[in-house]
Amino acid sequence: MAKSGAIMVLGGGVAGVQAALDLADLGYYVYIVEKKASIGGVMAQLDKTFPTNDCAL
Amino acid sequence: MCTMYCPRPVVDAYNERLEITRAPHIDYAQAIPSSYYIDAKACLRVNFETCNLCAQTCTAGAIDFSQKPKNLELEVGAVVLTPGFGRVDSSVLEKFGYGKYPDVLTAFEFERLTCASGPTEGHIVRPSDNRPPRKIAFLQCIGSRDETCGNGYCSSVCCMYAIKEASVAKEHEPDLDVSIFFMDVRTQGKGFDDARKRAQEKYGINVIRARVPRVDQVDGRLALTWTTDDGKHHSGIFDMVVLSVGLESPEDAEALSKIADIKLNNYNFCSTRVDSPLSTSRDGVFVAGAFQGPKDIPESVTQASGVAAIASELLAEARNSQTVSITYPEENKALEEQEPRIGIFVCHCGVNIAGVVDVKAVRDYAASLPGVVLYEDPLYSCSQDALKGIAEKIRDNNLNRVVIAACSPRTHEPLFQETLRSVGLNPALVEMANIRDQCAWVHAQEPEAATEKAKDLVRMAAAKARLLTPLEQPTVDVTPGALVLGGGAAGMSAALSIADQGYSVTIVEKSRHLGGNLRRLQWTTDGQDARKVMEDMISSVESHPGIEVLTGSTVEAISGYVGNFTSTVSQGKKNRLINHGVTVIATGAREYKPRSYAYGESTRIVTQLELEEKLARGKSFLKNARNIVMIQCVGSRGDDMSHCSRLCCTQAVKNALKLKELKPDCRIYILYRDMRTYGFHEDAYREAREKGVIFLRYSTDKKPQVIKQARGIKVRAFDRLLGEEIEIPANLVVLSAGIAPGDNQELSKILKAPLTPEGFFLEAHAKLRPVEIAVDGVYLCGLAHGPKSLEESVAQAKAAAAKATIPLAKGKVAVAPIVSHVDQDACIGCGICESLCPFNAIRLSKVGKRKKAQTITASCKGCGICASHCPTIAISMGGFTDQAIMAQIHAFSGRQCDEG
Repeated sequence: MAKSGAIMVLGGGVAGVQAALDLADLGYYVYIVEKKASIGGVMAQLDKTFPTNDCAL
Repeated sequence: MCTMYCPRPVVDAYNERLEITRAPHIDYAQAIPSSYYIDAKACLRVNFETCNLCAQTCTAGAIDFSQKPKNLELEVGAVVLTPGFGRVDSSVLEKFGYGKYPDVLTAFEFERLTCASGPTEGHIVRPSDNRPPRKIAFLQCIGSRDETCGNGYCSSVCCMYAIKEASVAKEHEPDLDVSIFFMDVRTQGKGFDDARKRAQEKYGINVIRARVPRVDQVDGRLALTWTTDDGKHHSGIFDMVVLSVGLESPEDAEALSKIADIKLNNYNFCSTRVDSPLSTSRDGVFVAGAFQGPKDIPESVTQASGVAAIASELLAEARNSQTVSITYPEENKALEEQEPRIGIFVCHCGVNIAGVVDVKAVRDYAASLPGVVLYEDPLYSCSQDALKGIAEKIRDNNLNRVVIAACSPRTHEPLFQETLRSVGLNPALVEMANIRDQCAWVHAQEPEAATEKAKDLVRMAAAKARLLTPLEQPTVDVTPGALVLGGGAAGMSAALSIADQGYSVTIVEKSRHLGGNLRRLQWTTDGQDARKVMEDMISSVESHPGIEVLTGSTVEAISGYVGNFTSTVSQGKKNRLINHGVTVIATGAREYKPRSYAYGESTRIVTQLELEEKLARGKSFLKNARNIVMIQCVGSRGDDMSHCSRLCCTQAVKNALKLKELKPDCRIYILYRDMRTYGFHEDAYREAREKGVIFLRYSTDKKPQVIKQARGIKVRAFDRLLGEEIEIPANLVVLSAGIAPGDNQELSKILKAPLTPEGFFLEAHAKLRPVEIAVDGVYLCGLAHGPKSLEESVAQAKAAAAKATIPLAKGKVAVAPIVSHVDQDACIGCGICESLCPFNAIRLSKVGKRKKAQTITASCKGCGICASHCPTIAISMGGFTDQAIMAQIHAFSGRQCDEG
């Protein structure tokens, strides 16, 4: 059977989004499945990030 | 409108339940997708068939209650699990007064309080009386390292976020008194110890080494009692207590494991192996991020890229079979050549800009500037619908130049350039004025001056915009092969991944064998035979038709640029040229050679790796070993190297357990500063304590001493509980020598790859680009990047392989349009530009009889250093012509003259 060129990523937090971006850049079609209404996960709730205190959003 | 009219209040989960919203809402303004949604559990229409107010008031007619949930069936070749982490149960938090005392908050709640977009707009106030607290305590390890709640592991991130939140709080309120209660300070990440030191010194955060057992309320304030490791009891009153809650496995982990048919570990996280950290127990199902084990953002991002590589290895033959490509409308050159018709968009950025700068005044001011035909003030110009709006306005008003007065072009310019492309304009025709960082942020206390400065910046940007010209966006072909420098665990993992994805790889290894530091390791932290792991890896590499291994070889020179590198590899006497599209740095590091603790004076004073090698040869040397002393942080954290070597604590615990297994009656002491057995390694630390390994903490002012005597060795250490020095007659002393960088200077020069002050290679961005470096087409993994475990090296190697394969798979690389251009007539061939270019992107070559500088456009980053240093002004920058910059300066000084 021919392999599918599509991949499902379960969870749209920072890991899911990064995996999806790289997979798309590598030439695959990606479905992101996310429970919430928007992607970004917990990182979108953060104000700043350690150690540089860069804005998380 | 829908949110405004909805009669049903619901708690705002995005703001950690600290605020109320309505059933239809959007979590935050920049949310993607940027549409409002209805909380179906709360909605009156969904649950009781009443109300319907929102649907009636929605002017766009976007609310349709006839929609029903649908099941979709998707055919996919692989599944990637990235469900993140779950929250510690509130019953665990109740012990610390959470739920009972309003001023006990979780760190997630506190995060929202410090955030400008949070419920208090960044003002830190006590929920009980809305007044600012004066004393705050952070309690670490809540729901972590705590077997009573079933979470024996360390959550790995709380020490960092507590330090961050404490620093942010001090930035908001400099007079705040902030204390953090730790057991061990676990800032083992790259550069994290330095950040912790800075936070402690700059903000004066108190670090107290104690675990607070409970929180009580006294007269509306919070009372804590604690015991320090010298046995003394203390107490204190605080206005607010922040619980640094740990990361749990996702709530639905068990259900997910059944659906996906994968194994979980004893803590309900996904079960993986050290040598294949991103693979689950089921083929074709992969995992990344916190579900694989608690971890921070850089590691999650690294694993995510790594998992992309693994899925790509599996599905390489189906690459590009289901993707669609975006097409852009043809560029409207006629419009671009017309007189400038400028549109100016002054962004509110929520309250980020509008909270300080009078955005409407700046917008109206923009109207008076020459060439401006449209001026607006979007709330968040980077949100999806705002971008769509900008595109429509460009089209409707025939704009041919756009000025976005918002934030930094570094982060947001590509987004607006894309918007221009989508309506047939050259992406170079947009100019940004950074009125957020340069006005609202730095002049937060002077709103009027900030507004005036914003006007200046907008006027200057408009002056430049008038002179912007369309730039070509060239592409170059890519040589479909990779060069991997280093044949250790990281190099081999990266090479295997790239080769499995269908591209040829050459490994250049300095020594005569593959394996690197893995050759010295005897067993892995998950109990596997490290030799076997290594031998399997080596045989996969050597038998792979797509991989060529060059041992006893070094790289002498690398020329070219992303897609087209040519390397000179020296193999003893002969040299070989290799063409490759990408380069992976995996040159590793080495065990630090101790210069203290009498190392070298006795065969019974060894490093951890030497101990492993000794044990591999047999355990006879343990026959008379009654007392064994291990000393942590030898070389690391201050002695010779400022960094934490991250894995020595785990390695010491692993080896102590091995020694206990081989010789149960021996007494083992581990002298440490902070035990940094993060993540699931905490289990081994606890097991070691249970098996009788004695852990004694030392501070840098009372370091242990190793004294070699005529007969035997003596170790002196300070026992904090007894308050006095003890003397241990040791039969064996094991030094946890840290990880020292390899000889990276030469390679750093060849590649123009920057190093950290410690001597490791520096990544382009710790979170966003953790395996890339500043030079395009060069990727980084393993110990060359910094100390890390085998598991982390393998994951990072896969990530580097994913990033390295992207240009190979695309076959072409786009060149940034903003590059330097050398006027060959004006160039005198002095070579200043070549010597200064940080990206190897400008070279002298013979043109006719004389040498002339030439830009390698594929490597050029458009930094402008060459142009600014050229003595004959022969170099100009696309997008930053002298003419445009002069126009900007004149626009600025013009106003100064008017006022003068």
